[in-house]
Amino acid sequence: MHKDMSYQAVMARKNEIMKQAIGIDYSVFESGTIAFDYERMMRETGYTLEEMQSIQGSTGVGNTPLLELRNLTALARKFAPKGKGARIFIKDEASNPSGSFKARRAANAVYHAKKLGYKGVIAATSGNYGAAVASQAAMQGLKCIIVQECYDSKGVGQPEIIEKARKCEAYGAEVVQLSVGPELFYTFLKLLEETQYFNASLYTPFGIAGVETLGYELAVQFREKEGRDPDVVVCTNAGGGNLTGTARGLIKSGAEGVQVVGASVNLQGLHMASDKQFNRKSFTTGHTGFGIPFSTWPDRSDVPRSAARPLRYMDRYVTVSQGEVFYMTEALAQLQGLERGPAGNTSLAAAFSIAQELDQDQIIVVQETEYTGAGKHIQAQLSFARQNGIEIKFGNPKEEIPGTNIILPENPGLIQAKDIDMDKIRRSYIHNSIETTGIAYVSKTDIEFLSQDAKVSVDFVKQVLREKNVQIEE
Amino acid sequence: MEARKGDWVIIHNTVLTSDERAPQVPEDTRCVPLESWVKGFLEKNAVIGEEVIITTITGRKVSGKLVEINPSYRHNFGEFVPELLQIGIQLKEMLAGGENNA
Repeated sequence: MHKDMSYQAVMARKNEIMKQAIGIDYSVFESGTIAFDYERMMRETGYTLEEMQSIQGSTGVGNTPLLELRNLTALARKFAPKGKGARIFIKDEASNPSGSFKARRAANAVYHAKKLGYKGVIAATSGNYGAAVASQAAMQGLKCIIVQECYDSKGVGQPEIIEKARKCEAYGAEVVQLSVGPELFYTFLKLLEETQYFNASLYTPFGIAGVETLGYELAVQFREKEGRDPDVVVCTNAGGGNLTGTARGLIKSGAEGVQVVGASVNLQGLHMASDKQFNRKSFTTGHTGFGIPFSTWPDRSDVPRSAARPLRYMDRYVTVSQGEVFYMTEALAQLQGLERGPAGNTSLAAAFSIAQELDQDQIIVVQETEYTGAGKHIQAQLSFARQNGIEIKFGNPKEEIPGTNIILPENPGLIQAKDIDMDKIRRSYIHNSIETTGIAYVSKTDIEFLSQDAKVSVDFVKQVLREKNVQIEE
Repeated sequence: MEARKGDWVIIHNTVLTSDERAPQVPEDTRCVPLESWVKGFLEKNAVIGEEVIITTITGRKVSGKLVEINPSYRHNFGEFVPELLQIGIQLKEMLAGGENNA
């Protein structure tokens, strides 16, 4: 008998398909309510730091250079108050085999898939992660399928995503390209069911643990170079894995005093699942369209419990505009001789601004760069934006309206990271935990979990819960 | 145009029609189908627009409408964006003229 392949039927088989495709029984970490044992999940299904360093090292991943951006620091000091303007560093993750830090995540995921005996891996991603999984699959001898959201209904594709398809194919992967819509997940599930391949999800414990080596390396490199830990680490934030893994790695190195800042490109007002708005954005990741929903509800991902839980580790969350990031991308090339992809420079734009709040002897680090090339380049993205009717001009980036214009700062002094109200997103996370689970009674264990997961006090959790009319165990 | 058995081609499918789309998709997306494109080796000689079967690089058999033979990558660096030139010029002037230029 043929299986029912309709949208509803396949979605209804989601849990069963996922269990087979990841090899983790998430139910053993579950409490049945809101809480689950996150640390146990990371411990029992992940790898130790030494194991990960060895897995990654065997495929040439990691140990990327740490570079001081002296000219950008000098520039920031021109706009900073007297005595301010921290030293800006960048971790050149573009040096990884597939051109981004995502190689760290993919190395672990593909290694794990191979160890469990899967013949191939599948990942749903339009970004650097697809290239990373494809590259690792090539090295480790597994087959690879990448599913990407690529075109609008007119068949027009984001140049950056098309370049990513090329890169995946260059590594021997099959690329399934789709038009806009969240039902990508349906195609993804059908492929997992058909091929019985491993779901190399971005959000498994192995993937997230893979980024821990980045945070760890950062601390070790700073101790060797400067004899101390950095003061602030800025992570571009989308699905939350980059920030979560880096922060966990810093903690494992003992660098617990480092302030961890998330940065996203502000795409407020653009609907991520809208066919018409798909090509009106100039960033395919690292933006608020992922950053905010994944921070306020991490379990929206393609696994039952996401290992990426950014609110647990985030001390501050800022946004920058598209124009500010494009400007800084050009500045990085012109002043530092480093031509790197636009998306990784979201953190750089934020760091350039935050450095001006810090003292000159302090250190701020941008923890990643990514490769650049045809399609995936500021020329390509800006030219594409212009073709799609987006106005590009110099001015005050504060006036940028996503989907309408891109405002390149008239001078670098106008680059200003904008703080997101942390308490607001923490409240939103707690609200979502109630709305999504539909729970009417919240136990002490749940409250304790929420307090850790949102990095707030138990009293804060209780106060927010009271607004939701749920019963609380006192 | 005729494609021959074994040619590298790209095919198109409608995954979900407008009526079948997920309830949460926004209105403009609901008005259009969910489409997919995949590449592979053609099973039999065919012409563009015909329903065909291909074998993908991972060995999957997929059927769909033949769109293109030897599909090319057409992405590039786009039209030149002259504004970008100004950034480097401005920044170099700022750094060269300042007191930090020791």
